[in-house]
Amino acid sequence: MERAPGTAPDTASSDADRAAARRAGRRAGRITGGAQELDQRLADLLRGGLAAADRPGYGLWEETAARMVDAQAPGLAGRVRELGAIPDSGPGWPGRLLEECALLRLLDSAWLGRDRLPGPLAATVRTRVGLTSSAEGAAVRDRWLVLAQYDIPDGRIVTRRTWLYGRSSGRVSLLLSYGAPGRAPARALPVGTVVDAEVTSYPGGGGLRGELGPQFGEPLATTAPPPGGTTADALAAYGRALRDDPWLDAWPATLREVVPAPSGDGWQLVGAADGSALPVAPSALSRPGLWKLVALSGGGPLTVFGECGHRGFDPLAAWCAGTSEDEAPSAAVALT
Amino acid sequence: MPTTVDATTNGVPVNASWEDLVTSALLGTDRRPLRAEDGAPVGPGELLDTAALHTVRRRAALRPATGAALPEPAPADPRPPLPAAARRRLAQLLADRSAPPSGGRRGAAPDLTELIPQWLASAGAHGYRAPAELLPALLDAARARTDLRPHVLAFAGPRGLWLAGLNPEWRFALRASSRGAQRPGIEDPEAVHGLWEEGLFAERVALLGAVREQDPGAARALLAGTWATERAEDRLMFLDSLRSGLSGADEAFLEEALADRSRNVRATAAELLSALPGSALARRMAARATTCVNPDRTGGAVSVAVEAPHECDAAMQRDGVVPVPPSGRGERSWWLGQLVEAAPLGVWRERFDDRTAQELVMLPVADGWAGELHAAWCRAAVRQRDPDWARALLGAPSTPLANGPGTASLAERSKLLATLPSSERALWVAGFIAAHGLSEAFQLLGVCSVPWEGPLGRAVVDALDIARDAGSYPWSFSGVMGLAERCLNPAEADRLAVLTTTPDEPEGASPGAGGYWSEAFQRLVSTLRLRAAMDAELAQDGAE
Repeated sequence: MERAPGTAPDTASSDADRAAARRAGRRAGRITGGAQELDQRLADLLRGGLAAADRPGYGLWEETAARMVDAQAPGLAGRVRELGAIPDSGPGWPGRLLEECALLRLLDSAWLGRDRLPGPLAATVRTRVGLTSSAEGAAVRDRWLVLAQYDIPDGRIVTRRTWLYGRSSGRVSLLLSYGAPGRAPARALPVGTVVDAEVTSYPGGGGLRGELGPQFGEPLATTAPPPGGTTADALAAYGRALRDDPWLDAWPATLREVVPAPSGDGWQLVGAADGSALPVAPSALSRPGLWKLVALSGGGPLTVFGECGHRGFDPLAAWCAGTSEDEAPSAAVALT
Repeated sequence: MPTTVDATTNGVPVNASWEDLVTSALLGTDRRPLRAEDGAPVGPGELLDTAALHTVRRRAALRPATGAALPEPAPADPRPPLPAAARRRLAQLLADRSAPPSGGRRGAAPDLTELIPQWLASAGAHGYRAPAELLPALLDAARARTDLRPHVLAFAGPRGLWLAGLNPEWRFALRASSRGAQRPGIEDPEAVHGLWEEGLFAERVALLGAVREQDPGAARALLAGTWATERAEDRLMFLDSLRSGLSGADEAFLEEALADRSRNVRATAAELLSALPGSALARRMAARATTCVNPDRTGGAVSVAVEAPHECDAAMQRDGVVPVPPSGRGERSWWLGQLVEAAPLGVWRERFDDRTAQELVMLPVADGWAGELHAAWCRAAVRQRDPDWARALLGAPSTPLANGPGTASLAERSKLLATLPSSERALWVAGFIAAHGLSEAFQLLGVCSVPWEGPLGRAVVDALDIARDAGSYPWSFSGVMGLAERCLNPAEADRLAVLTTTPDEPEGASPGAGGYWSEAFQRLVSTLRLRAAMDAELAQDGAE
């Protein structure tokens, strides 16, 4: 603490505020330095050609990512590190690498020009760069249906993602919590239950991320899936969400009456009514959840919740209608 | 989707297709620059900005594709769903299989994987339908463990088979499916004939077995219809299917098979015929055997006189007697053994003044033939499934191993035991364990029905207790311990709980053995409790 001895207690908080503001200013300065450096490195890369990134022993990504960590911009560092995997991702990698380089440049130039951006977009940029913010929107009390919950190992920590659907508001909210490996990150909300609770959204990112506030009563089990739409609805929602956050890879969607069908080396979710289809995202093809989904369908239509984006549809939970008339629809089956 | 985009970086529009952007980016803007509308070279920054616009615009404009052909829906499965608790239990058993606890020693926790077969058998007996979302884990389990396959495939039913058809990793299920649901209903004679005429070998074996179960005569007729055209090794397998449901009605067919071109087919036909005491072959063998084995009444007491055959003639060979003995055996005793084995056991009673099997095995046998004769009687008792003879040949369970009337071989004894009713079997093995301990009991326990009946369970537990008091380590008995976990009646758990404490170490005990024993008994008790819970869950009515 820098506070001088003898300072009156009532000025301590404003001192602390000033100190926090100074720290935030210093950090923003470092990030700006990092963003400028990143911009320069991307420009150099493009001048020489992306083909260089495919050569063995190419170390630019790791080194650049480390520079971004030094610049206290973990969001930029993470994106840079992901670029490193693209040259090994099979045919068509130059196009994908250009896409991600372009979006990275979009992000660092957005940071550098954030003063000219409208408030929500500026908030999105701050979050994407890696600044933490706090949930500050209005609290929405609703009966939230727990759609999916899964843990993603992320370096030394584990990120738990919980998807909620507000029965009355119709909103979908994503709760993120973090925990050390081997320890549960925050308490688990059972998939397929309904929780009466308040959820407050974080700024930016289309308001998707939320924070769970006070809960009223215990979670209740339910078998009713959220209302769903068509494959076209899911893609249209993703397209709309890109207006608020052009860096989004996917947006949550519930598909009604879709049938998993094999297609080439992969799988599709095909609308039973209109025959329109979304490819199952490559990341989901190797997960056991895909076969659960197929088994559950038995070739018939299901309601499927998942993330829909430019890589395809990543199924996270499914509901099937009862197999006979006197049977209730099945409870949600987690596919993660 | 637009292939070109106007971007106005630095006020100058860049009109380029995505392919042009990728080419310039890949080769480098120094080497392959794009030109803006005003002819100025497009720098790396402008290129990236234009690419970002392309990327976001393309992503925002994504449209669904036209769907591929839908898979055929899975056939309906009318079985009732599992009770909710049983469904959770199955998920837990399967999860434990794919993620076994780390470390070699099992400690006090039950080995869930070992309980999967029992759970499947029990669920199958209740007639439940497998939960769809657990089918992938069930098929994975069956893929890894062939012993699980029959139960898993029966439980997985038509949807499991449907699913297996979509994943090459589960192809084994399709190969095995002829045992399962896709077999044509055997009440449909045309479909049966179709499959019999055109099916793969495995399908035909399975079909024959299924038909035989329902209607032995129909199975025989099916086989007779194509018999002449089957390959020798196939004839052998098909003939083997007649073993179940064997009756006098099969005799004519089998008698004809005695003239088969293949020696193995002939031998199997002879074996089957000799299991029919009323068959002509059995009578022929009886006649031959009784010329060799006779009562000897000289000197007051009756004994058994043996005169082994001097030749193996063509008629004997036609009836399945193998003329050439394995190396190290005399041919006359080899022939004798085969004759006695194939002769109906009833013939000895007639021959020896109405003596019972019990009395017959006690008669002295002349010239050192006792071993040969009794061994042949053992094989005959197993083949003819004759409990009286089996009982006589097993003798009292407490008789020392080497002095038994019939055979010292544990494998032969297991076979004899299998001909006895299950409670008698359990009592005999219980007596055996009480007299001889556990070290020789493993094979005999394997033929006892599960759960073990009271006296048998008590004998096993008492013997384990004695072994503990003797101070040896529990893993000397891990085979029997494992069996006990799976086979003891779950109701014994409470009585066993007293054994889970760590006792004072007796003098001369192996160091630390007491602790390991208490751990082993804890595992036994917790496994039994788990089995009781599993049974209770499966017995509940209805799903959630």
